Amino acid sequence: MFPARFDYVAPRTLDEALTLLHQHGDEAKVLAGGQSLIPLLKLRLASPSLLIDIGRVPAMAGISGDNRTLLIGARTRHADIEADTSLASRCPLVADAVRLISDPLVRNMGTAGGSVCHADPAGDWGSVMLALGAEFVARSQSGERTMPAADFFLGPFTTALRPDEIMTEIRIPISQGRASGTYLKLERKVGDFATVGVAVQVEMDNGHVARAGIALTAVASTNVRATAAEQSLAGQVLSDAAITSAARLAAEAAEPKDDIRGSAAYKKDVVRVFVQRGLRTARERAEVQR
Amino acid sequence: MKVTVTVNGTERSADVEPRVLLVDFLRTNLGLTGTHVGCDTTSCGACAVLLDGRPVKSCTVLAAQADGCALRTVEGLADGANLHPVQDGFHQEHGLQCGYCTPGMMLVAAALLEHNPNPSESEIRWAISGQICRCTGYVNIVKAIRHAAARMAEQQQVPAVTEPAAAAAGGR
Repeated sequence: MFPARFDYVAPRTLDEALTLLHQHGDEAKVLAGGQSLIPLLKLRLASPSLLIDIGRVPAMAGISGDNRTLLIGARTRHADIEADTSLASRCPLVADAVRLISDPLVRNMGTAGGSVCHADPAGDWGSVMLALGAEFVARSQSGERTMPAADFFLGPFTTALRPDEIMTEIRIPISQGRASGTYLKLERKVGDFATVGVAVQVEMDNGHVARAGIALTAVASTNVRATAAEQSLAGQVLSDAAITSAARLAAEAAEPKDDIRGSAAYKKDVVRVFVQRGLRTARERAEVQR
Repeated sequence: MKVTVTVNGTERSADVEPRVLLVDFLRTNLGLTGTHVGCDTTSCGACAVLLDGRPVKSCTVLAAQADGCALRTVEGLADGANLHPVQDGFHQEHGLQCGYCTPGMMLVAAALLEHNPNPSESEIRWAISGQICRCTGYVNIVKAIRHAAARMAEQQQVPAVTEPAAAAAGGR
């Protein structure tokens, strides 16, 4: 399969990329790792007239931050996040999720920011970022702005990013108290799209839930927060009963469709089971912390 | 556009349209047909090559993205008449039947062993989880990679000119 014809530029600086994007707007597509975009081009579901390859822009890649914020450059490859062994304790939800993204070869090319901006409702990073309360930094010629993940996903493959903007960084707040999370994913085989995915993050304060983040993959038109389930846990002791009830609320929030990967009823039940398992894992991990 | 890559240590370049995929660039423009096109949908890994040392699916990389990079394909595994330990492993342990997935499997194995010289079975299975083999059931592929790991460990411990007795004494 060949993509339709396009022009290709590989700018060496972000400013150069932003100028090109400003000039070409909707006609241009930004290429990061290409692991979602190239399949779309080959299937001719996308046929931009210009590809702006940001793979040679030296900035925007790498993991940094301090004990309050985890900063992931938008161009950071999944494999480089997977290789960062500090994340298992700093942000176990990220460490768990990255190992489940597609397959090892795709993780060598694909980028975190590219995946977030692609906004596939079956993509894993979107749910991770929603559960963590992450923020996305975007740049355009007119400046920089920060958007909460909660306001970013507008529809399938549709985000709040403007046509002249490039995502530069993902900012993840690190809780100062006991906190942990995990990601669970059901897939038919490695590399297949998720049948169901669930991201869970809990932050504890004196034995009570200060904040719960629960977000769902592949069961709605976007990655979606299970808000009622999150709220049901706020201020509660994370008891088995509270977990069971939150899991039921999360399943109610899911709106999956019947497809070759399973029936809607089955997927809803997987959401319930995964939220329950995820919250139990998060509870155990938060207890043994420090 | 002109794309220049260093394939298996040799600089090669060709003029291609920006939409040309790396696998087609290798096969059609450079004549390196050892890299196979399997599913053409990022699923099977038959087209795996090493891009700056990392395995990638070359059906899902533009040739333009590889401009200026180092590539390793199956043609670059053997050293003259000497098979790479991974090739030897696939030969000795019958790690292939039809052979279609084999170039990609061997490159992924070679990249794994470079970073992890003594992988466990589960680490091997994890590394090849992006590859599909419809013949072997993977058992002999895992054996082949273990065989290669053992051979590479022997080669490391035994300098080529060492006498057999000294080698045995230095063995683990």
